[in-house]
Amino acid sequence: MTTANTAQSEGPSASRQAASLEFRAATKRYPGADRPAVDHLTLEVPAGDICVLVGPSGCGKTTAMRMVNRMNDITEGDILVGGRSVRERDDVELRRDIGYVIQQIGLFPHRTIGENIATVPRLLGWDKRRTTARVEELLDLIGLPREMAGRYPTQLSGGQRQRVGVARALAADPPLMLMDEPFGAIDPINRERLQNEFLRLQAEIRKTVVFVTHDIDEAIKMGDRIAVMQEGGILAQYAPPAELLMNPANEFVEDFVGADRALKRLALQRVRDVNLWTAPLVREGEPVAEARVRAANSEVPYSLVVDDGGRLLGWLTERGLREERVRADLASLTEPVVELDDVLRDALSDLLAHEVQYGPVIDHQGRVVGVLSIELLSHVIATPPEAE
Amino acid sequence: MIELFAQLQRRDRTGADCVADNGICPNWIADNFDRYVSPFWEHVYLTMVSVGLGFAIAFALALLAHRRRWLVGPITQVTGIFYTLPSVAVFFLLLPLTGRGNTTAIVALVAYTLLILFRNVMAGLDNVPAEARDAGRGMGLTARQLLWRVELPLALPEIMAGLRIAVTTTVGLAALAFLAGAGGLGGALFDDINFRSNVLVAGGLAIGLAVVLDLLILALQKAITPWTRAAT
Repeated sequence: MTTANTAQSEGPSASRQAASLEFRAATKRYPGADRPAVDHLTLEVPAGDICVLVGPSGCGKTTAMRMVNRMNDITEGDILVGGRSVRERDDVELRRDIGYVIQQIGLFPHRTIGENIATVPRLLGWDKRRTTARVEELLDLIGLPREMAGRYPTQLSGGQRQRVGVARALAADPPLMLMDEPFGAIDPINRERLQNEFLRLQAEIRKTVVFVTHDIDEAIKMGDRIAVMQEGGILAQYAPPAELLMNPANEFVEDFVGADRALKRLALQRVRDVNLWTAPLVREGEPVAEARVRAANSEVPYSLVVDDGGRLLGWLTERGLREERVRADLASLTEPVVELDDVLRDALSDLLAHEVQYGPVIDHQGRVVGVLSIELLSHVIATPPEAE
Repeated sequence: MIELFAQLQRRDRTGADCVADNGICPNWIADNFDRYVSPFWEHVYLTMVSVGLGFAIAFALALLAHRRRWLVGPITQVTGIFYTLPSVAVFFLLLPLTGRGNTTAIVALVAYTLLILFRNVMAGLDNVPAEARDAGRGMGLTARQLLWRVELPLALPEIMAGLRIAVTTTVGLAALAFLAGAGGLGGALFDDINFRSNVLVAGGLAIGLAVVLDLLILALQKAITPWTRAAT
C-alpha cells in the first residue's frame, strides 16, 4: 500500500510544466534537392497548446516536426523548446525529453506492453518501483486494464496499440509531444474515438503538442492553432481553426480547407455556444388556448409539452390541439432531440436526416432549454465568429 | 583420394556369421559400442568449436557491415568463396600450413559456416521493422542501445535459424574431418565402410547428433523469443 502511495505522488500530480515551442526561420535542405524541404518556417506554439501541421504530402510537415527532436537536422535557423535551442542540446538527451508518436506506432514487438511503456523511464534510470507504478498509472489513463502490461503488441487491436504508443510517449512526462499522423492508420470509427480520448486526456495533462496530419478535418478538430503548409515547405497560414476557416490567407489555403469551410465551422461550435430559440412550453392540464397563444408569440410555431420538472415529453400534436386542456398522452416525442453538448454540425445533420425544421434542446437532466432550428443554424453559418 | 582410402586400416573383427557377412548385428553393436564413444565426443567437439568460432566471426562481420553497408558485398563474396570450396580440398590445402589435426579441420569447418551465419544475421537485422527503429531512435536510444535492445533481439529468429543450418551441415562435414587427422565419427565410419553394423552405428550417431543439436537450438530459440509465440 505504501508503495502505491509513494509512487502516486510521483505521478501526474507532480507533472512537469509544458514547454513553449518556437520555430525561427527553421530550414531543412537535403543535399542535391533543388529546393528546401522546409523553408524558413517561423511560428510560435504557446505552452500547453496543440499545434497542428497540416498540408498535402510533400509539404514538409513531417520533416518540420522531426527537426524539433533532431531526427532531421536543421540546416539553417533554429528551433527553441522552452526557450532553449535544440541545436545546443545533446540529441539523445533531447529526444528522451520529448514524447514521440508515429503513425506506424513502432511498438517493440519483442517487448511486452509494460516494457514498451517503460522504455524512456528505463533509459533515464528510474528505479523499478517508480517505473512499475508509472506504467500502471498510464494504463489507467489510456483505459487499458493493468493485466495488459504482460501482453505483447501483436495481441492487441490497432486502437489499443495506438493508445499504448501514446502512453509510451507520455511515460517520462515530457513537456512537449510530437505526434506524426498518430491516428492515420486507424479505421474512421476508432479514429474518432481516439481523437476524443486524446482531447480529453490533453485537457487533463496540458502538454504542448505538435500534431502532423494531412486531414484538414482532423486538424480543425484537434488544433488550438493550425499551420497550413504548402509544397516547398512554405508556411501558408498559421491561425486558430475558426480564423483559418473564415479568412483563408490565400487561394491555396482556401482550396485546402475546402468549399465546405462554412459547414466545417459548425464542427467547432457546440449547441450551448449559440443563442437558442425560446421554446413555447406547456404543462399537462393547462388550457390548449394558452398553448396556441404561446406558440403564436414564439419563433417556434409548435408547443412543447413538459412535465412538472421541465423535462421534455414531446411536441403537442394536432389532435392534442383539438382538446380543451393539454394532455401528456397526446404529446409526440419525435426525433431528433438535441443535447447542449452536441456539436452543431452533428445537430444540423440530425435535423436534416429527420427532415424537420426544429429540434428541442435538452440539458443533462432532460429539461428543455430551447429549440434549435435550421434557420438558426444558417444564421450561424453566415455570421463570422466573434473574436475570442 | 583413392590411395588415401586404401591406406585406411581395416579393424580386425571376429565373431559370428552375421559379422562375417557384414550384416547388421545387434550383439556386435552391443559389445563394441564403447569404441564409438570417443569419436562421438570428438565429433561433438569439432562441431561446437567450429560453429562457435564461425558464429563469433560472422556476427562480428555482420555488426561491421550493419554500420558500413558497403561491406556487405565484399563480405558476402569472400565468405561465398569459402562456402563453395569443397571442404575436402581445403583440408589438403591447409595440411602444409597447419598440419594434421584439429586445427586444420576446424579452420575449414569455420570457413564453411561463415556465409550461412553472416547472411542470416544480416537478414535478421534487415528485417527489423523500420518503425521500431525510428521509434527507438526518436525516444532517445543511442545507436548501441538500439542495436542490443531492439535490433538484435528482433533479429534472433533469423540468427537462430542460421545457427540450426550451420550446426546440421557442420555435423555432416565434420564426418570428413578424419581426412585432416581430426578424428570424429567419419574416421570410425570409413574404417570399415563395408560393415553395415559399423556404418549404422557411426552414421546413426552422426545423424542423431545433428537432430539433437538442431532440437536444442530450436528449444533455445523458443525460450528466448517468447513474443513470436504470443497468440494474436
